[in-house]
Amino acid sequence: MRFVDEFRDADKARALSAKITALCEPGRHYKFMEVCGGHTHTIYKHGLEDYLPESVELVHGPGCPVCVIPMGRIDDAISIARRPGVLMTSFGDMMRVPGSGGNFFDSNAEGTNIRMVYSPLDSLKIARQNPDLQVVFMAIGFETTTPSTAMTLLRAADEGIPNFSIFANHVTIVPAIKAILDSPDLRLDGFLGPGHVSTVIGCRPYEFIARDYGKPVVVAGFEPLDILQSIYLLMVQLSQGRAEVENQYSRVVPWDGNLVALKVINEVMELRPYFEWRGLGFISHSAMRVREKYAAFDAERLFDVPGVRVADPKACQCGEVLKGVLKPWECKVFGTACTPETPIGTCMVSPEGACAAYYNFGRFSRKRVREASHA
Amino acid sequence: MTTTEREQQVLDRIERARRRRAKVREERITLSHGSGGKATHTLIEAVFLDAFRNPLLEPLEDAAALAIGGAQLALTTDSFVVSPLFFPGGDIGDLAVNGTVNDLAVSGSRPLYLTAGFILEEGFPVEDLLKIVDSMKAAALAADVQIVTGDTKVVQRGKGDGVYINTAGIGVSIRSGLGVSSVRPGDAVLVSGPIGDHGVTIMLARGELDIDADIESDTAPVHSLVAGLLAAVPGVRAMRDATRGGVATILNEVAAGAQVSVIVDENAVPVRDEVRGASELLGIDPLYVACEGRIVTFVDGAQVDDALAALRSHPLGAEAAVIGRVADDPPGLVLLNTAFGGTRIVDMLVGDPLPRIC
Repeated sequence: MRFVDEFRDADKARALSAKITALCEPGRHYKFMEVCGGHTHTIYKHGLEDYLPESVELVHGPGCPVCVIPMGRIDDAISIARRPGVLMTSFGDMMRVPGSGGNFFDSNAEGTNIRMVYSPLDSLKIARQNPDLQVVFMAIGFETTTPSTAMTLLRAADEGIPNFSIFANHVTIVPAIKAILDSPDLRLDGFLGPGHVSTVIGCRPYEFIARDYGKPVVVAGFEPLDILQSIYLLMVQLSQGRAEVENQYSRVVPWDGNLVALKVINEVMELRPYFEWRGLGFISHSAMRVREKYAAFDAERLFDVPGVRVADPKACQCGEVLKGVLKPWECKVFGTACTPETPIGTCMVSPEGACAAYYNFGRFSRKRVREASHA
Repeated sequence: MTTTEREQQVLDRIERARRRRAKVREERITLSHGSGGKATHTLIEAVFLDAFRNPLLEPLEDAAALAIGGAQLALTTDSFVVSPLFFPGGDIGDLAVNGTVNDLAVSGSRPLYLTAGFILEEGFPVEDLLKIVDSMKAAALAADVQIVTGDTKVVQRGKGDGVYINTAGIGVSIRSGLGVSSVRPGDAVLVSGPIGDHGVTIMLARGELDIDADIESDTAPVHSLVAGLLAAVPGVRAMRDATRGGVATILNEVAAGAQVSVIVDENAVPVRDEVRGASELLGIDPLYVACEGRIVTFVDGAQVDDALAALRSHPLGAEAAVIGRVADDPPGLVLLNTAFGGTRIVDMLVGDPLPRIC
């Protein structure tokens, strides 16, 4: 299939793998964080780690936007959805993320009407078709999805649709990366920058990572060869003693981002003073809310949201796992209070999260799996 | 205690939890319980199998194998709740007949008689019902079965989704001893054609995606395909039709049931470009998408060429392919050699395949 298979060529992968291996200094261990959940998915789906030498390790970052939403916000969403006459919509992968009393599927079993949509515009369409219902879009995602939420709100305002609002949970990636960088026990050698986020914000916001923290960043695409090439570029920088921001995904990401999209976001949204991240705690200026000017479309103002704060159990050490300080099994609640059926932290919520993957398959080493499959 | 010992201790604890009896944790039924993945299995084992347990039910095969007065019979039932009711390539009527015919066929029987139960919603157009019944009539004719008894109920408007259909079927065994417990290391794994056509057709037919693709459901009766395969290949071990949960779910059931590993080669799995494209856009995996006229077959590795030839000689199996093999280690796992050249574990689905934003 065109535009897909070119980026999944096993021969090219083998060539890149050899180049990465050649750059490894003997005795040195390399740890790179892929910031974006989309990268994690690609790595997992294609079995990309088979191409990496033992000394190169990938750490899954905080960039799965549904996994970082704290339980309290999900409880808040459910409390809005419980009101009579409310129909809530959200993206598919939000449906399974647990709040303190269950996820959206469980809540629907109790009588709420939370529907999956593919775009915020679908949500607006539902509002037009159902003037008797209050349609609330639970907006989630990093800067990748924020522009479409903002555009939808502007359209609702233009058309004067009175029964549509947004429950904003948009988060911003840079403060989360900074929180990880500021950790005293950080053990990362570089970052694969989030490709889709960067189509909107560009590459400049990552310059501080190279300048102030001396860590190389390569903004990476989402096909497996994109990721392998980006790892190679990180290795080249390290071998030459450089720490810079490079753009591997230049076929999509402009260096300065998408100015139109940024303008739309800025028109509709503003930074919150702080926002809670599952597993990482409160991070200042790390999320967006709807501006006062558009209060009529802001579910948080319209519905008097309870603002539930469900404390992550103190023992949850997602932050340490994310930072690469702890292995999943070393976390105090791993496998006891925190399991894939009853996840506490972000690393257990997504099936590709480090903890969920280890819980399900940790008993089989990668080596055993690889040998069995190639026998 | 060393790090390795502590890690082993944690792994042992998980293993003990895994072996505990399945239990439904939720207080209410959610849509995940109907998706064919882990939640469905837990529900079946913890609620239905636990209550009805008997040696005929316990294998949890597609049909129960009954011995009555010297006759070897197969009995099965299936309910159909598809939305939309009409879609490219078929409708709920074809599905209801073919689904039950196929469950009988893959258990190694010749389908004979079906029952049909209709739950109709107040206000449902009679014209639509006539269309559906016509499809059932045609499907029954094609599958050489008769619908010999039935039932009708009408529920209030809003209490049903137009029409729900249940069918049950009975067939006579043409090959006994088929089933998951017969699968062993060295067997080959085949599929009878491109996978995921039905599931993707339904997703597109719901009209929520605004994607047009020239694709239709693969709904078809597989009884003659199966009969041809069984006649040509003595070493058939097990067959399943890859409906809800797709091929990946079947492979996981077999790996877990027979305590073997199943190793699949992604490049060998036939998937139409339209299905691949839609799956790429939605972030779902065709391996988990439903088919309605495709069988997954496990055969003695030494007879794989005969099996492939037998499948391909039938119009429904023209694009059949060998997709993998059975080995002994690691037991219970399905492994995929990806087209990219890597390896990954193909797990049982937790709930419905959901489109991703990240």
